[in-house]
Amino acid sequence: MPATDHKLTTHEMARFVADGFLRFDALIPDEINRHIIEELRLLEAKKINLIVGLPAGDEGPLQPASLTPLSQCYPAPSLLGAMLNLPEVQGIIESLVGPDPLFDHDFVHRLPAGSTYHQHLHVDAVVDSTDPTFDIQLFYFPQDVTQGGGGTRFVPATHLRRTRAEGVGRYQHLLGEQQYSGAAGTLMVFHHGLWHAGQPNPSDIDRWMYKIRLNPSVSQIKRWNMEDFDQMHNDASDHTFALMRHDSVAQVLRTLQPWQKGHEGRYEQMQRARLWRYLSNDPVFDVDYYHTRIEQRGRLIMEPG
Amino acid sequence: MVMRQQILYLWLAEGALDTETVGWAFHDGASGKGPPLPEAEPPYPTGLAALKEGWFLIQSPAPYSLHPGAEYEVSYLANEFIFERRIE
Repeated sequence: MPATDHKLTTHEMARFVADGFLRFDALIPDEINRHIIEELRLLEAKKINLIVGLPAGDEGPLQPASLTPLSQCYPAPSLLGAMLNLPEVQGIIESLVGPDPLFDHDFVHRLPAGSTYHQHLHVDAVVDSTDPTFDIQLFYFPQDVTQGGGGTRFVPATHLRRTRAEGVGRYQHLLGEQQYSGAAGTLMVFHHGLWHAGQPNPSDIDRWMYKIRLNPSVSQIKRWNMEDFDQMHNDASDHTFALMRHDSVAQVLRTLQPWQKGHEGRYEQMQRARLWRYLSNDPVFDVDYYHTRIEQRGRLIMEPG
Repeated sequence: MVMRQQILYLWLAEGALDTETVGWAFHDGASGKGPPLPEAEPPYPTGLAALKEGWFLIQSPAPYSLHPGAEYEVSYLANEFIFERRIE
């Protein structure tokens, strides 16, 4: 649960760095959930018209262009705007990508009742840069989604793997994968690199989901609620094989998913530590000493004999 | 009689065939003929367990050179083993 100012806690941020997603059940109030599908229906029609080269039409919300500051997207009386402007949603967004991020794109994902559409696992967009900055994608489910009822499938903690978008389609199943189901108004927040896939909808109701990608326009360093930061942020000596803490950021980052077995998990921890170094502005942060050991020796070669 | 392939990919925790399965994919060129996959998830706990159930290993991952500067990156799952069964 986020802090009282609606921003994420250090513990939640560490979980996002480790798992690549956060989930907020029934966060959006029913007065928005109940009516937003009409707006989503109009937005979907406009988007499809544009894709096939037809006029978008006048009905429904004005579609933002990429690079538009989020604060200028979906002005009132849009319910999408109302949802995105909720203090609870703004707090999550600001914690991860800073204030007033840029609109990248959005889409209405409607899965008709009985749809057999089955996507392969994929990463959105293209192979990513090597720097630790990231976008977020919000997945908003305005209706209840039953178990197996067309919820998005995703694999926790895959977000830091640098792959081609379509290259992960070869993995039909990974241990620990999840398929979303939950109550109306649930918001999932993904790191842009998380592997995911659309699934069939065998239920007898259409499944609606609204997805929006946001780009940071400012540094992402320490944008969350810092009340628990000093208490949780560990130094580089927090090391499983020496002295370890159980209440630190490192402890969250060393928690691996079922598919991350064996020594491979150590490289995952190194990538998580690298991302936390960026977010916390601490260039010597570490989890289990993997970076520090190498960097310590690396400094010696620079010293005169 | 035409022989058709069933292909099973197992991604294992490490480079040894007897380490734990962490991912899998199945492609059935025999359209449902032949023995079904076990319903357990994963279908076989290790690559060795698949061998014991009659799968033939046709590809295992070779060790690969490390590229300076990219030694610690994570990307595709490294330990990809491919098995086949031939079904009449």
